[in-house]
Amino acid sequence: MSTSYPIVMQFIDWFDLFRQFLYYSIVSISGPLVLLPEMRNFLVNEHHWLTDAQFSASIVLAQAAPGPNILFVALMGWNVGLNAGSVFAALGAGVLCLVGILLPSSTIVFVTAGWVQRNSQLIAVRAFKLGMGPVVIALLIASGWTLATANTSAAHDWPLWVVTAATTLIVWRTKIPMLWLLAVGGILGASGILSVA
Amino acid sequence: MTTQSKSQPESLSDLFFSFSRLATQGFGGVLAYMERELVERKGWLTREEFLGEWAVARTMPGPAALNLSIMVGARYFGIRGALAAMGGMFMFPSILIILLGIGYAKFGENPHVIGALHGMGAVAAALFIATGLKLLTALKSNPMGLVLCGVISIVTFVGIALFHWSVIDTMFTLGGIGCVITYFKLKARQ
Repeated sequence: MSTSYPIVMQFIDWFDLFRQFLYYSIVSISGPLVLLPEMRNFLVNEHHWLTDAQFSASIVLAQAAPGPNILFVALMGWNVGLNAGSVFAALGAGVLCLVGILLPSSTIVFVTAGWVQRNSQLIAVRAFKLGMGPVVIALLIASGWTLATANTSAAHDWPLWVVTAATTLIVWRTKIPMLWLLAVGGILGASGILSVA
Repeated sequence: MTTQSKSQPESLSDLFFSFSRLATQGFGGVLAYMERELVERKGWLTREEFLGEWAVARTMPGPAALNLSIMVGARYFGIRGALAAMGGMFMFPSILIILLGIGYAKFGENPHVIGALHGMGAVAAALFIATGLKLLTALKSNPMGLVLCGVISIVTFVGIALFHWSVIDTMFTLGGIGCVITYFKLKARQ
């Protein structure tokens, strides 16, 4: 991830970066991933704090790593810090961006969750939790579908689709540890079996 | 109505390590692991409760899985619980991601590594789909009835996955219709 893309960050720039992520947090209904185009615009085009390649690598890496995907934001900060000159700045900037994107939304969620729990017997609260059910389940399945089919084509990638379909059945119907399935997917992928020339 | 779950976290460290455990396994998104850990393994939530909490977490700003961890933590231990659950979600994954970042710089172009990531991506997609299919069973007790739930689910799925509708618009329009219908069904039961 280290590149030679030196930038100079003043105190006011760090403040701007933090403030921007605070803003993203508040508007991140339906998850921060929908804000990627805005983030690219801000970090890459407007301020030139990141290269396009660093921006994309931050997302790819967070998807490839275990843990909450929101860590991609920490990686963006990490890369800005590296560009600004040191691992120390990178660590600080990673934390800065992560705290920025989490603080407002987490506070809102914490306060709302308390209210929801205290009022869990209200018909309106029960209606919300039950009424949103079918939609949020469908969104979950749709995001899996999108992940499985994005940037793939039937001719080249049908073996990947087979893996997805088979794994879906296994996870749905059995209790086989999901890490094993991931390992099998990784090994099959590394072996080259899954890529049709 | 919704069944009550029987067990609950014993302590803050129980919360912390449960969330650590599921987050550290959570490749490509932690939700599938949350369902397995919180519902199937620990039994802190029934599937119906999990779905209800997820509905709230998903419609709030912020990453939904993290929102859910805050809600579960806060439910038992207030703000300390929320912080313990969140800490668990980030502690080990953030260390791992730095190590992976170093490895990625060295091996990111290697065709075997790229292939492995594609294979794991295909599995990760399946985890989302399978978790959604499991949660469908929680709709059995939904006041809207199975037919209406099915219609809303299918329209949402087709609109988002095949016609690329806006997620936020779809969620609040179709979800809103669901909430209003549920409200009147619940009201009529009283």
